[in-house]
Amino acid sequence: MSQRKGRYQNRTEILQGTLDMLILQTLQWAPRHGYALSKAIRTNSGEILKVDTGSLYPALHRLERKGWIAAEWKASELGPRLRVYHLTKAGKRQLMSERSRWRRLTAAIAGILDPAQKENAP
Amino acid sequence: MKWTLRRRKQRNAELRQEIQAHLLLAEREGIESGQTEKEARHSARREFGNVAIAEEVTRDMWGWRWAADFLQDLRYAIRSFRQYPGFVAVALLALALGTGATTLMFSLVSGVLLKPLPYPQPDRLVAVNGHTEGWNAKIYGEQKLAYLDFLDCQRDSHSLDMAALVYNSGTLSAPGDPQYVDYFEISPELFSVLRVPLALGRAFLPEEDKIGAAPVAILGYSFWQRRFDASAKVLGSSIVLEQKRYTIVGVAPAGLRLYGNEPEVYTPLGQDPAGYLHSRAAQPVHVVGRLRPGARVEQAQAEVALTGSRLAAAFADTNKGRSLQVKRLRPPVDDVVGSTLWLLLGAVGLVLSIACANVASLMLARAISRERELAMRVALGASRGRLVRQCLTESALLSLVGGILGVLLANGGLHPFLAFWPGDLPRAEEVQLDWRVLLFAIAVSLLTSVFFGLAPAWRAPVREVEQILRVGARTVTAGARRLHSAFVVSEMALAIVLLVAAGMLGRTLLHASSLDPGLDIRNLLVMRVGLSPATLADPAKIPAAWEDVIARAKRVPGVESATAVDIVPMREGNNQLGYWTSADVPPQNRQPVVLASSATPEYLKVMGMPLLEGRFFDDHDRMRSEPVIVVDDVLAKSAFPGQDALGKNLWIPDMPCVQATQTFVECSTPYKIVGVVGHVRYWGLAGDDQAQVRAQLYYPFAQVAPPFLTRWSQLMSIAVRTSVPPLTVVWPLRRALRGAAGDQVLYQVHTMEQLAHDSLALERFLLLLFGIFAALALLLACIGIYGVLAYLTGRRVPEIGLRMAIGASPSDVTRLVLRQSLGMIFLGLGIGTAAAVAAGRILERLVEGMQPIALSTFMIMIPFLVLAAMLASLVPARRASRVDPMNALRQE
Repeated sequence: MSQRKGRYQNRTEILQGTLDMLILQTLQWAPRHGYALSKAIRTNSGEILKVDTGSLYPALHRLERKGWIAAEWKASELGPRLRVYHLTKAGKRQLMSERSRWRRLTAAIAGILDPAQKENAP
Repeated sequence: MKWTLRRRKQRNAELRQEIQAHLLLAEREGIESGQTEKEARHSARREFGNVAIAEEVTRDMWGWRWAADFLQDLRYAIRSFRQYPGFVAVALLALALGTGATTLMFSLVSGVLLKPLPYPQPDRLVAVNGHTEGWNAKIYGEQKLAYLDFLDCQRDSHSLDMAALVYNSGTLSAPGDPQYVDYFEISPELFSVLRVPLALGRAFLPEEDKIGAAPVAILGYSFWQRRFDASAKVLGSSIVLEQKRYTIVGVAPAGLRLYGNEPEVYTPLGQDPAGYLHSRAAQPVHVVGRLRPGARVEQAQAEVALTGSRLAAAFADTNKGRSLQVKRLRPPVDDVVGSTLWLLLGAVGLVLSIACANVASLMLARAISRERELAMRVALGASRGRLVRQCLTESALLSLVGGILGVLLANGGLHPFLAFWPGDLPRAEEVQLDWRVLLFAIAVSLLTSVFFGLAPAWRAPVREVEQILRVGARTVTAGARRLHSAFVVSEMALAIVLLVAAGMLGRTLLHASSLDPGLDIRNLLVMRVGLSPATLADPAKIPAAWEDVIARAKRVPGVESATAVDIVPMREGNNQLGYWTSADVPPQNRQPVVLASSATPEYLKVMGMPLLEGRFFDDHDRMRSEPVIVVDDVLAKSAFPGQDALGKNLWIPDMPCVQATQTFVECSTPYKIVGVVGHVRYWGLAGDDQAQVRAQLYYPFAQVAPPFLTRWSQLMSIAVRTSVPPLTVVWPLRRALRGAAGDQVLYQVHTMEQLAHDSLALERFLLLLFGIFAALALLLACIGIYGVLAYLTGRRVPEIGLRMAIGASPSDVTRLVLRQSLGMIFLGLGIGTAAAVAAGRILERLVEGMQPIALSTFMIMIPFLVLAAMLASLVPARRASRVDPMNALRQE
């Protein structure tokens, strides 16, 4: 039991920072339920990023516990009740800071991968 | 808990719904894009992955996992306990006895020593005391205030509301039979300062607090219930106290005890014209104060100190060198009670430790026998922390149930125990199982669970998993054996401490009962006599009244001789005076102190005391003749070392001086020693040797000056020597001494044998308790030894089988097992003896009259203990010797 748990935690850890940010970013435009969220991330990334559902729901519940997103049950025309998540104020702030962190990180990585570009810069 | 569980169930359902919705949506999309229903369902599932794992990981995010695990642990613990009912019963019994006794003792400590005073906002209450240079507080206690000084303080203070109280006693002659009662003279503010409402009626009014005001009284609650059947009609009726008729205006609240006792009556202090209340030279007034809102103790202290120094300057002849102090008001509990309670709490603490060690070794034995099971669980993926938690859950469950049983035990035992306490336990009415006690009990049982739960838990997962699974749990490692031995050794050591303590107490009792009290205690009856209030009011009549009492007592059939005396050996109440051997008397705190007692000439004969030198006083020692005293050999030796005391003089400033025309004047007349008598064990058989003040002197009652006679007569007792069993003359004496007005009463009637017996009550009580504790400790230790040995030999069955197969005889095997147990027993003895010597020192310091620890105590107790321990190990040893070698080897 604990070993299984350990394996899954590792897998979420690799994605954790980015997955949280992607979820927050995607919810910024409109509230969505879990399935719509995973679909949106896949479509918006041009089918490159595929969210592992085994990580999606733990991530959603973790973000909810941290107060960055909130959820409510909504009836849908499709049939079953859906748990719809939306961004909270704290979540918006968190998204801002994650985005700036991400920008710094990618700039730093780009600098390492392609040093010439940096030297040529004005 | 229940709420959390319901929430959790609901959230589980919601999570499932959420995931099902996800799958459903994925499936629909699949169908829309042209898949068959079956294909769509499968691909949705495939894409999602393992639903159960996703659910579990998500649940972890809620942070409730510990609760679920805890429930699981709990269920598991209960299931595993059910398999070993014997183990659980022994462990619970040990824990219940241990925590029960500790809880009981702690509720006494809590109620008597720790609880604040039973008034609203007790931390705002203070006492105001005096302090005069040279005052010997060790012997005389805190100095109180003069009434006039109190009035000045009360008027000047801005930070304190103050009330005064004077303890008094006298004869209540109506309604009903005359009776000697305690009464408090109080200032009208007392009840409002304490903030306690009266049970009935009203408090005294300020205008009633003046000389000449209409006499009013308030009844004590118990007295009202006893004497007036708790009738509300009592208001407006009257009582006659010390010949004065008082109208009852109120009834004090139930259980109001100040300075230890509940008085029968309260009267207004300001109405009393007595001289000692209106002189600043006498300080009879207890002062309690309550800090006004916003005021601080330091402020009150500064104010009162200022008043004190002002008074010292203004009234130099009476107040010189006297300062006033504010202290927090503390419950009136003396040191002996305090040290006895802590001592007993320590002793039950030892019993609890033994119980814990016992349960710990049982738990450990169980943990080792479960090693295979635990190893299996590790192999299946249980983490180390999880197993530690499992072990702790089991021990916590055990100790909590044990603790609950213990609290029930303590609850049931509390009242019998209080009834059993020797003499009066101060604040006994405050003792109950309250939240502090429950908190304490819970803390104790949780601590014990950690104590005995950790050992097995630490051990459990450290073993090499494969090795255990391969070899099986058939052998005992050296480490496990050492840990087991450690428990047995500590149990033995603790048991010895208690056994030796019990032995010391027993020896002390034996020694004390064989001591010579210094007088003939058989056929001797002592009792206080309250003279008729009419006589007491007129000092001129008093000497004749006492002569009349003695003469009437002598005429009662069965009475051989009778005497009057003010203080009686081994009974409460004494008179301690400073003395000096020349006229140049130093300040009070540098004077040696002596117990002084005034008596009539027959005293020596009635008490059966030996005359060593000179003479006792006789009828010729009158008011006009030379002042004489008789001393005991202790005083003769300490005041005049190496000389003959006979014919020497003593200067005693506080004597009721022969020439005195008023009270509270220093007596400068020398007293001539005319005789030396034997020492009497005034402080009781056991306590006298270590008492602070042992020296004694006797002076003739006939030489007590008239101004003192009233006060002295209020305290006088008579002693009669009888030719028949002394209690048979009590009723004839009561009738014979009633006096002309029928209002002379006898009270506090004791036989001297009873007083001597009671003087050892504390020692006897402690002996009994320590005896019980020691027996309990011994029993627990024996159970522990038995359990451990049975377990250890059980594990060695294959080894023993092998030994027998290659030729060992059954007696060889018995010896093998006994040798193992003897090793543990003797190590325990060694450690225990050292600990017992240390504990003996503590006991010597805390219990008066304690005999020092003796070799003989060890000589008796140790063989006793070894024998018991050997008996406990014999059973497993015999069982081991009956092992069938073939069976044992086949088991492997």
